[in-house]
Amino acid sequence: MTVADAGVAGVVGTPMTRREDPGLLSGEARFVDDLVVPGALHVGLVRSPHANARIRSVDTSAAMALPGVVAAFSGADLRDEWAQPLPCAWPVTPEMLNPAHLPLAVEHARYAGDAVAAVVAESAYVAEDAAALVAVDYDVLPAVVDLEDAVADRALVHPELSTNTAYTWELTPEPEAVERAFAEAVHTVSERYVQQRLIPEAMEPRGVCVVPQPFGDEYTVYSATQIPHILKVMLGLSLGVAETKLRVVAPAVGGGFGSKLNVYAEELLCAALARRLKRPVRWNEDRTENAQATIQGRGQIQHIELAADGDGKIRAVRVRLLADMGAYLQLVTPGIPLLGAFLYHGAYDVPAYSFVCTGVFTTKTPTDAYRGAGRPEATYAIERAIDALAGKVGVDPAEIRRRNFIPREAFPYSSAPGLVFDSGDYEGSLGKALDLAGYDDLRAEQRARRARGSTRHLGVGLSSYVEMCGLAPSRVLASLNYSAGGWEAATVRILPTGTAQVVTGTSPHGQGHVTSWSMIVADKLGISPDEVEVLHSDTAVAPHGMDTYGSRSVSVGGTAVFLAAERVLTKARTIAAHQLEVAEEDLELSGGTFAVRGSPERSMALATIAFEAFTAHNLPDGLEPTLEASVTWDPPNFTFPFGTHVAVVEVDEETGRVDLVRYVAVDDCGEQVNPLIVEGQVHGGIVQGVAQALWEEAVYDQDGNLLTTTLTDYLVPSAAEVPSIEVGRTVTPSPTNPMGVKGVGETGTIAATPAVMNAVIDALAPFGVRDLDMPATPERVWHAIRGIGQEGRQ
Amino acid sequence: MIPVAFDYQRVSSVDEALGLLATHGDEAKLLAGGHSLLPLMKLRLAVPSVLVDVGRLHDLSYVRDAGDHVAIGALTRHRDLETSELLAAQVPILAHVAGQVGDPQVRHRGTIGGSLAHGDPASDLPAVVLALGGTLVARGPGGERTIEARSFFEGFLQTALGPDELLTEIRVPKATIVGAAAVRNGTTGVALVNMGSTPLRASATEAALAAGASIGDAAAVAAEGTEPSGDLNASPDFRRHLATVLVRRALEEAAS
Ligand SMILES: Cc1cc2nc3c(=O)[nH]c(=O)nc-3n(C[C@H](O)[C@H](O)[C@H](O)COP(=O)(O)OP(=O)(O)OC[C@H]3O[C@@H](n4cnc5c(N)ncnc54)[C@H](O)[C@@H]3O)c2cc1C
Repeated sequence: MTVADAGVAGVVGTPMTRREDPGLLSGEARFVDDLVVPGALHVGLVRSPHANARIRSVDTSAAMALPGVVAAFSGADLRDEWAQPLPCAWPVTPEMLNPAHLPLAVEHARYAGDAVAAVVAESAYVAEDAAALVAVDYDVLPAVVDLEDAVADRALVHPELSTNTAYTWELTPEPEAVERAFAEAVHTVSERYVQQRLIPEAMEPRGVCVVPQPFGDEYTVYSATQIPHILKVMLGLSLGVAETKLRVVAPAVGGGFGSKLNVYAEELLCAALARRLKRPVRWNEDRTENAQATIQGRGQIQHIELAADGDGKIRAVRVRLLADMGAYLQLVTPGIPLLGAFLYHGAYDVPAYSFVCTGVFTTKTPTDAYRGAGRPEATYAIERAIDALAGKVGVDPAEIRRRNFIPREAFPYSSAPGLVFDSGDYEGSLGKALDLAGYDDLRAEQRARRARGSTRHLGVGLSSYVEMCGLAPSRVLASLNYSAGGWEAATVRILPTGTAQVVTGTSPHGQGHVTSWSMIVADKLGISPDEVEVLHSDTAVAPHGMDTYGSRSVSVGGTAVFLAAERVLTKARTIAAHQLEVAEEDLELSGGTFAVRGSPERSMALATIAFEAFTAHNLPDGLEPTLEASVTWDPPNFTFPFGTHVAVVEVDEETGRVDLVRYVAVDDCGEQVNPLIVEGQVHGGIVQGVAQALWEEAVYDQDGNLLTTTLTDYLVPSAAEVPSIEVGRTVTPSPTNPMGVKGVGETGTIAATPAVMNAVIDALAPFGVRDLDMPATPERVWHAIRGIGQEGRQ
Repeated sequence: MIPVAFDYQRVSSVDEALGLLATHGDEAKLLAGGHSLLPLMKLRLAVPSVLVDVGRLHDLSYVRDAGDHVAIGALTRHRDLETSELLAAQVPILAHVAGQVGDPQVRHRGTIGGSLAHGDPASDLPAVVLALGGTLVARGPGGERTIEARSFFEGFLQTALGPDELLTEIRVPKATIVGAAAVRNGTTGVALVNMGSTPLRASATEAALAAGASIGDAAAVAAEGTEPSGDLNASPDFRRHLATVLVRRALEEAAS
């Protein structure tokens, strides 16, 4: 492995416990709401109770009369605060329709939860009471809830657009090849799947606190965000404030899952109100607002068709999507389905491909990135459809996958939709997963239960996934019309006292970058990770960065750190060679010390070299003082993690209850910097993916009211609901970066949902059940069993 | 999710609590474990102006052998029911069910008195006390009175307790069989959770059993006379179906 090749005793690859955890576990870590900001005012928001309504009037007088209330505003009152509406950075087509989206709605509320007025008070308590006193008069209009209904334009979300279709995006490299494959197919599969909306329930809801600085018209913005750098640029644009006047800090951030990869109304509002009132202004979201006003995930109706030959070898994949945008386009809303657009053929070698997606407005909370963003949806469709194909061909789900996998020798593999998959061994990971699960024994147990008429039906589900992550080569992003690049920046410096300092442009919010980046640097320099300080998530400290999302941080940001450390080492070697009066090649690095090969007593420790670089008393001619290097890394390609997951469920025929009894995951994310962190990501991701299959759904009624606004109704699993996950791994290094790493933040979520649903449907095979909407609630399962009839039982 | 402003009074005796209730009338609410009341207050579905915290009335936290029945103080936490050796021996079903409530954190805060006084048909302990044919003891301005469990639950979140009364004790007959149904002296009590606006006795099942029906036949009529509501978790039809399945399983478990 490359890191070990550097010749430094390797901390990389060891399961070091996280340096972040003591602070988090002891309560020392400071989240936005923990920040003590004297004199701060609190914002309370008045949110529309209607999914679609014209605002006739807003009366804030009763709220203003409440003691402790400082100000109250309608959307109209604040209209002039905005230099630009809320940003959408991903206009996926030139024709895409993007209605103006203001932080406070002025004339029209377009989802239940859309903010229509704001009160500002001396405490959060008064703000909440005052918000309840604002009287808003609405003309209620028909809600647009159902996606297929929305696309028919019977009622409009944005009447001024005359359509609910935001865009249509197509990827069909060779249409005739697809047509031909379907015409010649022996077996075809045509499926319709619904991706229900999910609510990203980060443990810490959103929060923002904007502090005007004492002079210079400057503002410090503390936000529970994944993207301090992007937020800074966008805040400047939307507020009409020079970027130089803004500093954005993401303090400890308690999870995001993509939901904090956004620029939100409340962030703009607090900044505008701080500017207007000349006082610090803060807002913290509660759980119900989190359900209503933080972006939601998924929300698609998928049509997938496979054309296969007599052996079940897939010749073409054809996909049509309806994607629910919600009421407005948030930061990357329209692009989310595109992150899956290239992956509907999954881990399989498919020569012909066609994909088309229609983005549709509804009067619901906007959707956007949620763990996996587009890739869980794609993986779900192909992994469900290939099981359906196995049924048609009459072979085992494992066998149909083997027949179709991109073979190991085919890497780098050019896919029909136009990607180059970096490296993989899909059959190897399937084999390992089946071994770990004891697949043949499970099938035998299943047969035995069926034979004896057990009412507890065993189901086994497979999911062999591949995903693209490590966002992203900037030129590829350009070709997708994304408004930013995909590079990442890092600085590594050795301070005069010998401590290393890393400045990273990534913005961790639970992933453990402090631990991992310090391991990368320590490994490279041969020092202890404890001697490495990692600075992040503050635009004054780390001015350059593209932040954290899309499983990009290790393969893009980690690589930048790795390369910067390498440059520091090169410079250190030059200085040491100069002072020891030997050739650079004659120096060996070990334990943080350069020694002359053959005469180890002639040596210089890195700390000494750092001090020499600092005093600059005796440096080679032309060499700059200080031991520091900055690198900006733009990856040449995505990385493509893969693996196979096996879910085993028991379905109670009488109650419809599904119990997940075993879960086996074999993942390959290339080289692992810290296997403990990898396993943590895998576990969490799996639980989130299982939750989509079995428990979670943002439920709207026909009037567009969100019914799942508390954790009593929106069922986020706890440790009690999931079995102990059995983890295996294979290691296929990525050739895309020097460490050979791939991302692992989303793989679990991507893989788990289809594994579980395939297992549920497998369990229900005796009843002739072939499809089931998610989540597979007891009642849905019970209806499915009865709907198709007991008599159908074999 | 911030409650409306309220006053908070912590009391150190039952009399003090009753005094405050008398003063504030239905503006006041008793606070025990807070695990049902506080969520309602945060959603502003309950807006008491005074909270009378009885959570430290340790005198009302006990499980005692009282001859033909077991007496349980109203402030006894679920966790103390779950781990009570006396209950394990004499009323195991109550210990068992208390151990099923929520998670450890909930069980260390929630009290049996709060669970009963809250009157939520979806709660576990009310149904058990109902199946057991328990008796509730309340104190009010006029002194102490006892209320049979079967006449205690009046409607959704409504009980026979007056706003000036405090539940002090729950008495449950000894019943040695474990299972979600309780069997005592040859008669079988079966109660249903979430099958109407109050916890209910499955009277059709009980009558069938008394008349000698098989478990299967008795369970098949478990939902008779019930009007469960529908919500995100289940439709009324599904609830009626589940009642028959779960009652059958409970009876089988109790019989084995
Ligand atoms: C996350 C979570 C999970 C839960 N899961 C379950 C579950 O699985 N099963 C289940 O059954 N319950 C469950 N509960 C509810 C829990 O058991 C509650 O603790 C219990 O129902 C109420 O008890 P309490 O002491 O907390 O009452 P409080 O919330 O303090 O009070 C509830 C009501 O009773 C009144 N009251 C309290 N004590 C008295 C008294 N001595 N005399 C008169 N009135 C009184 C109060 O004024 C209030 O109206 C759950 C709660 C939570 C938060």
